Amino acid sequence: MSEWRPSASLEALNARAELLQHLRVFFAARGVLEVETPQISSTTVTDPAIDALCVANASPQAPQRFLQTSPEYHMKRLIAAGVGDIFQVARAFRQGESGRRHNPEFSLLEWYRLGWDHAALMREVGELIGEVLGRTGWQIWPYAALFQRVLGIDPLRDQIDEARLEALAASRVGDVPGGLDGDGLLDLLMSHCVEPTLRDAGIVFVTDFPPSQSALSRLISVQGSTVAARFECYVDGIEVANGYWEQSDADALRTRFAADNAVRRQRGLVERMPDERLLAAQGPGLPDCAGVALGVDRLLALQLGVDTLSEVISFDWSRA
Amino acid sequence: MPNFSTNEFKSGLKVMLDGEPCSILENEFVKPGKGQAFNRVKLRNLKSGRVWERTFKSGDSLEGADVMDVELEYSYTDGEFWYFMDPSTYEQYSADRDAVGDTGKWLKEQERYEITLYNGSPLAVTPPNFIGLEITETDPGLKGDTAQGGSKPATLSTGAVVRVPLFITEGESIRVDTRTGEYVSRASKN
Repeated sequence: MSEWRPSASLEALNARAELLQHLRVFFAARGVLEVETPQISSTTVTDPAIDALCVANASPQAPQRFLQTSPEYHMKRLIAAGVGDIFQVARAFRQGESGRRHNPEFSLLEWYRLGWDHAALMREVGELIGEVLGRTGWQIWPYAALFQRVLGIDPLRDQIDEARLEALAASRVGDVPGGLDGDGLLDLLMSHCVEPTLRDAGIVFVTDFPPSQSALSRLISVQGSTVAARFECYVDGIEVANGYWEQSDADALRTRFAADNAVRRQRGLVERMPDERLLAAQGPGLPDCAGVALGVDRLLALQLGVDTLSEVISFDWSRA
Repeated sequence: MPNFSTNEFKSGLKVMLDGEPCSILENEFVKPGKGQAFNRVKLRNLKSGRVWERTFKSGDSLEGADVMDVELEYSYTDGEFWYFMDPSTYEQYSADRDAVGDTGKWLKEQERYEITLYNGSPLAVTPPNFIGLEITETDPGLKGDTAQGGSKPATLSTGAVVRVPLFITEGESIRVDTRTGEYVSRASKN
């Protein structure tokens, strides 16, 4: 029985402690307050691509609760309450997300900057990652320009319908799983064709996503196209952070939740109750802010040059 | 057979794909920051031996394949089928040419082989990594030539031809690595 042993080396555990220290120093120097919020909540996200872990009823009277998939909603409620710039290193949980670069329980560094947009936040993410990994400089690629370069299509401008995306996916990926909608096909092309081209590109921000992939970001107009004001940060082709110029309008958020639940119904997934406390907090409008979530385990794996997250997590999912 | 979801896919799991029994070799979970997650899966088609790469939406499932590996003793061949026996139940299984494949040249009576059964019939026959076989034909070796480490072809009792050192003679038994088809050593007589 060797499974009692940690999956990470002692060197990796030391590096993790140093990294956490580094993050705290970075934010303390910038006047960003460290906070802690609940890991177990009465509601969870509506996002159809995220499957929360449930905490069973303690008693028939106690409704089921959920392990957080990110600390976002509680942190936004703190911002609505006037706390200012905040950060948190939190455990997040996502059912079924297991693999070389995924562990169903993982560490997220999430932070919010008031009065900033996603462009300003990208700079700060670039500075933090550059500091930790000892690298300088980064590239910023609009989603459409990147697709244009790698696949020869502009998914925002051209007449791209599902049939065309499917034909493109069939020729570039080979077999295409059935039942993918337009965004599913774009995700397939992104993960199978586009991301591999970022492997030698160092730190890369992909930004200005299709409006259908806005998640909780606001929609803005860039050169005549409506795009989602969000970004994903890749290091050597590995996605490490996901940031938004946050949607502050509660009505737009409510519409988003309803649309997510419609997709859930269509896919035969359980619907998730909209988080009424978040909607109430955003009722008067969330203060203008940008926020980002960064995978601490992946950043550490990149820093140590190891290929799997289990090598930087004390006890990975299979040993926990 | 039960269905298996992508998050239960692991190396060695036997599933049906396009009506063919397959063994999963690798399962990689890929997901963009937000949005649809996929599993990129490598599978070996157990009939053809060919490796397939397929992408599934995470959460999709495949039917399990009624495939199991058993150890059976080789009995004999009638030229069309090769007969194996379960040494504990004496039950007989017949494997056709496709199932025996390249293993035919390593089949020795009373030796045990790993047989992959699909719906109860042999699908593939895997020899042990090392097997002892008698040499039925080889040129006489030249004395004093051993230092140069030269080799010569030798035909074994099963029909396989392997290269052996020059000092090995007809009628001797040798140990062969069936994965590479290479001579390993003289076999101890027992």
